[in-house]
Amino acid sequence: MSMPSMGTPAPVQEFVDLSSRFPGIVAPDSRAGFTGWIVAAERLVEVATVLRDELGFDLLSCVTGVDYLPENRMEVVYHLNRTTGGPGLNFKVQVARADPIEVPSLIGVWPGADLQEREAWDLLGIRFAGHPDLRRILMWEGFEGHPLRKDWKEAFYEEDGKPFKSRWPEGQLQMAEDRNPLQDNLSFPPGFDPEKWIPEGDALLYGSLARYTIKDEQGLSTDSIVVNMGPQHPSTHGVFRAAIKLNGETIVALKPVIGYLHRNHEKIGERNTFLLNMPYTDRLDYFNSMANNLGYAITVEKLMGIPVAERAEYIRVIMAELTRIQNHLVFIGNLLNDLGAMYTPALYAFEERELILDIFEAVSGARMMCNYLRFGGVVRDVPPDVMEKIRGLVHDRLPGKTDEMERLLTENEIFLSRTKGVPMIDGETAVQYSITGPVLRAAGVPYDIRRADPYSIYDRFEFDVAVRPHGDLFDNYIIRIDEIRQSLRILEQALKGIPEGPVNSQKPQYQVRVPAGEAYGRIESPKGELAYYVVSNGKPNPWRYHVRAPSFVNISALEKICLGKKIADFVALFGVLDVVMGELDR
Amino acid sequence: MTEQSLNSPGYEISPDMQNVVAITNLDRLYNWGRRSSVWPLMFGLACCAIEMIVAQTARYDLARFGMEVMRPSPRQADLMLVAGTVTKKMVPAIVRLYNQMPEPKYVVAMGACASGGGPFKEGYNVVAGIDKFLPVDVYVPGCPPTPQALIAGLIRLQQKIDKESIRSVRWYRKGGDTVAVPVPILGPDLIDPRRMPEIKRVAAQGAAEAKS
Repeated sequence: MSMPSMGTPAPVQEFVDLSSRFPGIVAPDSRAGFTGWIVAAERLVEVATVLRDELGFDLLSCVTGVDYLPENRMEVVYHLNRTTGGPGLNFKVQVARADPIEVPSLIGVWPGADLQEREAWDLLGIRFAGHPDLRRILMWEGFEGHPLRKDWKEAFYEEDGKPFKSRWPEGQLQMAEDRNPLQDNLSFPPGFDPEKWIPEGDALLYGSLARYTIKDEQGLSTDSIVVNMGPQHPSTHGVFRAAIKLNGETIVALKPVIGYLHRNHEKIGERNTFLLNMPYTDRLDYFNSMANNLGYAITVEKLMGIPVAERAEYIRVIMAELTRIQNHLVFIGNLLNDLGAMYTPALYAFEERELILDIFEAVSGARMMCNYLRFGGVVRDVPPDVMEKIRGLVHDRLPGKTDEMERLLTENEIFLSRTKGVPMIDGETAVQYSITGPVLRAAGVPYDIRRADPYSIYDRFEFDVAVRPHGDLFDNYIIRIDEIRQSLRILEQALKGIPEGPVNSQKPQYQVRVPAGEAYGRIESPKGELAYYVVSNGKPNPWRYHVRAPSFVNISALEKICLGKKIADFVALFGVLDVVMGELDR
Repeated sequence: MTEQSLNSPGYEISPDMQNVVAITNLDRLYNWGRRSSVWPLMFGLACCAIEMIVAQTARYDLARFGMEVMRPSPRQADLMLVAGTVTKKMVPAIVRLYNQMPEPKYVVAMGACASGGGPFKEGYNVVAGIDKFLPVDVYVPGCPPTPQALIAGLIRLQQKIDKESIRSVRWYRKGGDTVAVPVPILGPDLIDPRRMPEIKRVAAQGAAEAKS
């Protein structure tokens, strides 16, 4: 279950010369601060297939769009990775910014592009030709406009960038409501008559379910039922909804319906200054605020080109691994809840989680929303007594408690019969669907960014990438236990090696200077590959700020995972994907 | 124990009878029963929901207040803990859940988002506080509120229940049964049916301004 650490291959750009392979179709992106390739839209699918099949970029990490309003251009950005490791590659498609904006869909090359393309359609209005089910995803059908376009203004719009002049330096007290004629966060198109409005409802959603027909052995069409689970359902870990079409008890079609917690992270993020985004990242995956901070910090540090203080690197690793442990503990508790073992395992898990949250509270002042990292380091040092507490946890308490958790569950007869041999997904399909994180590793693919493309100081630690071969529910559970053990190993080494010194390489500052360019920073968050795509144009606010959330991308495969399974297993299959709504909907 | 709130003041009960006999009136008995078994709806929206779950676990133990029974069905719940950001896409479902809860029912707005939009207030999909739609009994500040803060808020709710009287509560008044809150409609933006004329007027104004 261990794998050797991969060597560091040469940077991809050096040996992949796409422009000589596709003369006239692919050109290097020559803008200052940008990397990657620009591909002509007509030949996109062909280039993508070559990248996947010949150059080994089998994992489509991220699809997103950028609205370059001043240049009157819309750009779709694709980030690719290899599951065998090494740095990623990005390529872009540029189209004129005139409706309809159309780009070929890559869903035939990577099925994992499904939800991400729908998101780009919803928020930026980019049509993906050939996408079979291009509906809105985060907003509802009938919503006016595509909110992430730079010329789209929301109801409480004040200015393009913070700090707003009304707050600083003038500092008047002004309510957002006073600027809006309806005194509320509402704006309607001119001449709109609400009494004549016919809501779209879920017609398109049920229409896309209706395409699946059921035939029995004699070839006769049989009737089916559509069940909606959520958005308020105790098993859905928040406000997730799944529209499920059933033949008896068997799932024949499933469409995830999300956006019930879409709180406009990216639109707000493009208005915030770079530093102001840090507390917002806490609220993405609200179990793992430290990991979210880390991903954002290393992305912006890449752009700024600043080093991180040595002691801060160790503190970051310690916090990120503690986060992973508490996330996996909660995951196990919740999984058992989903399987019907209400509360007892979860109570055990939350007891340990509290001890880790105590540490977060001691260093950052908040239990869940830590806002602890800064560009160049962390905000303040870990006090010596807290360090002792962490040592006590890592050396004495958590190893024993992990064993206790295992004793409680791993050989439990009922648990085994519910989980062993219930197939989840195989490795190859998981890669096609862009699944990352423990779910991918439980399907036998040893892809862990801490090893595949090491960030921070993970290359200094000795640990194994946890892998399990079967990809069933049980493997998805036990891999979390494996990962807790590996995290404890890393923590032991980090606690031994942590040097004294300053915790930030920069002076404390309110406004950071970020040169123009793009950066894509990715980390192995407890749920998978968490990546940020940030474009700066040299101003105090990011021009584009996109979060590639593991929960969101992993959901792409939900239908694939659940087809042919029993509805009773849906709860568990959804549970092991370990999604968090804050990150899924953003 | 609970006798303090159950007993009417001014009546002496000998110490050996204190856990056996209570002298009280109907209001106190009724409120005592209700305040000690407030069943929250098992329903979380965002980050605050995690702290709500933590309040149920061993360290904070909400069961001390008789609130550990989370009901997934609104028909069995007395208390709606709006724990998290209320979005426009979600608010029709929240209002419908509230309408399905039987009286007496209470609403606690947990955290900054549910109270007033919080850090996400300017977002295009965010409702700036659940009190735009539902009558809120207690606001709990924080982002997210710690479990202690939530428990403090729930104790305030108990105090509120203590002050109610059978003679005046709305659900026993003739014709005073609750009127359902109209469910918002998802249009080009969120349409509150109660504000339709206003929306029409403002939109018509916008059209006139666009012409001129």
